[in-house]
Amino acid sequence: MNAAMILFRRELRSYFATPVAYVFIVIFLLLAGSFTFFLGGFYERGQADLSPFFSFHPWLYLFLVPALSMRLWAEERKSGSVELLMTLPITLLQAVMGKFLAAWAFTGIALALTFPMWLSVNYLGDPDNGAILAAYLGSLLMAGAFLAIGACISATTRNQVVAFILTVVVCFGFLLSGFPLVLELFRDWAPQLLVDTISSFSFLTHFNSISKGVIDLRDLLYFSAVITAWLAANVVVLDLKKAE
Amino acid sequence: MIEAQSVSKRFGSLLAVDQLSFSVNPGEVLGFLGPNGAGKSTTMKMITGFIAPTEGRILVYGHDVENDPIQCKQQIGYLPEGAPSYGEMNPLAFLEFIADLRGLQGAHRRQRLDYVIDKLALESVLKQNIDTLSKGFKRRVGLAQAVLHDPRVLILDEPTDGLDPNQKHEVRDLIRDMSNDKIIIISTHILEEVEAVCNRAMIISRGKLLADDTPTNLAARSPGHNTVHLVMGDSSQAANLATALEQLDPVSAVERLDDGLSLKAIPDAGQEILPQLQQLLVEKGLAPCQLYVQRGKLDDVFRSITTGARP
Repeated sequence: MNAAMILFRRELRSYFATPVAYVFIVIFLLLAGSFTFFLGGFYERGQADLSPFFSFHPWLYLFLVPALSMRLWAEERKSGSVELLMTLPITLLQAVMGKFLAAWAFTGIALALTFPMWLSVNYLGDPDNGAILAAYLGSLLMAGAFLAIGACISATTRNQVVAFILTVVVCFGFLLSGFPLVLELFRDWAPQLLVDTISSFSFLTHFNSISKGVIDLRDLLYFSAVITAWLAANVVVLDLKKAE
Repeated sequence: MIEAQSVSKRFGSLLAVDQLSFSVNPGEVLGFLGPNGAGKSTTMKMITGFIAPTEGRILVYGHDVENDPIQCKQQIGYLPEGAPSYGEMNPLAFLEFIADLRGLQGAHRRQRLDYVIDKLALESVLKQNIDTLSKGFKRRVGLAQAVLHDPRVLILDEPTDGLDPNQKHEVRDLIRDMSNDKIIIISTHILEEVEAVCNRAMIISRGKLLADDTPTNLAARSPGHNTVHLVMGDSSQAANLATALEQLDPVSAVERLDDGLSLKAIPDAGQEILPQLQQLLVEKGLAPCQLYVQRGKLDDVFRSITTGARP
């Protein structure tokens, strides 16, 4: 079996060996549910779709995913087990992939456990299930992008709290990069091309159309590119910092 | 065989390892000796490929650690300093994880797992979280992990740290058992450990190699090596013998103790005086009440070499 898959299995199991998994899943489900019904006005809208549910995902991920990703490498570096792992016959890329995929699969499990939402909307009306499936896919992809950012930042430090805060800040920047809050920082001095590029980096804009069930190849490519880039950075950071 | 070719490692302005060159052959149990911060662990980290040397290169059975890391890592079993592992796992799950990553399969995997669990007496804690184990058990889990795939090269950073005397004894037996056809490198600052298991010792200080010899030869550099202590029946015999001893060629000095009965014959460096002393005793018809030959202490040599004083 491939070394990345062996590490993947170990990592995924370790989530369930500690309270991390249960706390994460319970909080995620509670928040996702209450946002949908109370803030999203699920009933009041009178429409059989899940857009009130999906529209809160970016904000949920903003705080929950960094809590998941902060330990990925920071904990290994703190406990010294990174020295054990990196002297086993596994490449840096395999190690990065194994850990990332396990965390991603775990968020996938948490996301899948929101299925009562899907059951409710099907019980209450006649929603477009294709659109819902697309939105789930988009949400999972976006979670992957958050995780890839978090994994890379986790490799830069031995301190999980630092990793958490930095990840929230960077993810917040990515979420809002299409909005004045971020763009104003650049507009005065950066060339227009750069400002446009930054504004096109927004998670929210890319997720918006997916959450409505519109799958645009560009949005899928965007999230895949973000994941790839941050994982590549993770490999580099790990190589430089693992022994510190 | 492991070859280190003028390896240096620099951390910022600190030169942790300075132009270290050595080679180790199968059957050798090499002990790295040195004060804390001497560069022992750094050297081990470079051999295992965890960190890259700033200069020079290391070959493990002909494979360059930097260019061919996976090939090298497959041949090496490594116990890092402090025996880190995954605390939320139990030893069985942890060892199975290592066995999978090491590519062990089927009956061989089962047999190796059974072997290390038995050898390191882990049976009783197999299902407990590693986090909850005592320091000694954690260390043994780390050792089990290192020897699991029966590696050709075994690198152990302070393998007996935190073990009680019985456990130390067992770990040393284990190391000796495996030493026939393997390269074993251990680091320690417990000198008796070097004398117990190593057939070669390297003293490192401030990243430099200061001595490389067998533990016995190193101990022989100690000033008190081969000094003979005698206690005679009465003081006239002692005086008589002291005068005679001073005439012997290899004796550099004779000291008489205050009680008038005891004396100490110190040889010239590297010389033995016992055979001539025995002859002398027979000729003079003297029978000492007590006689013993002092062995050189590695401690003294270690201290004098690493603090720069002459032995």
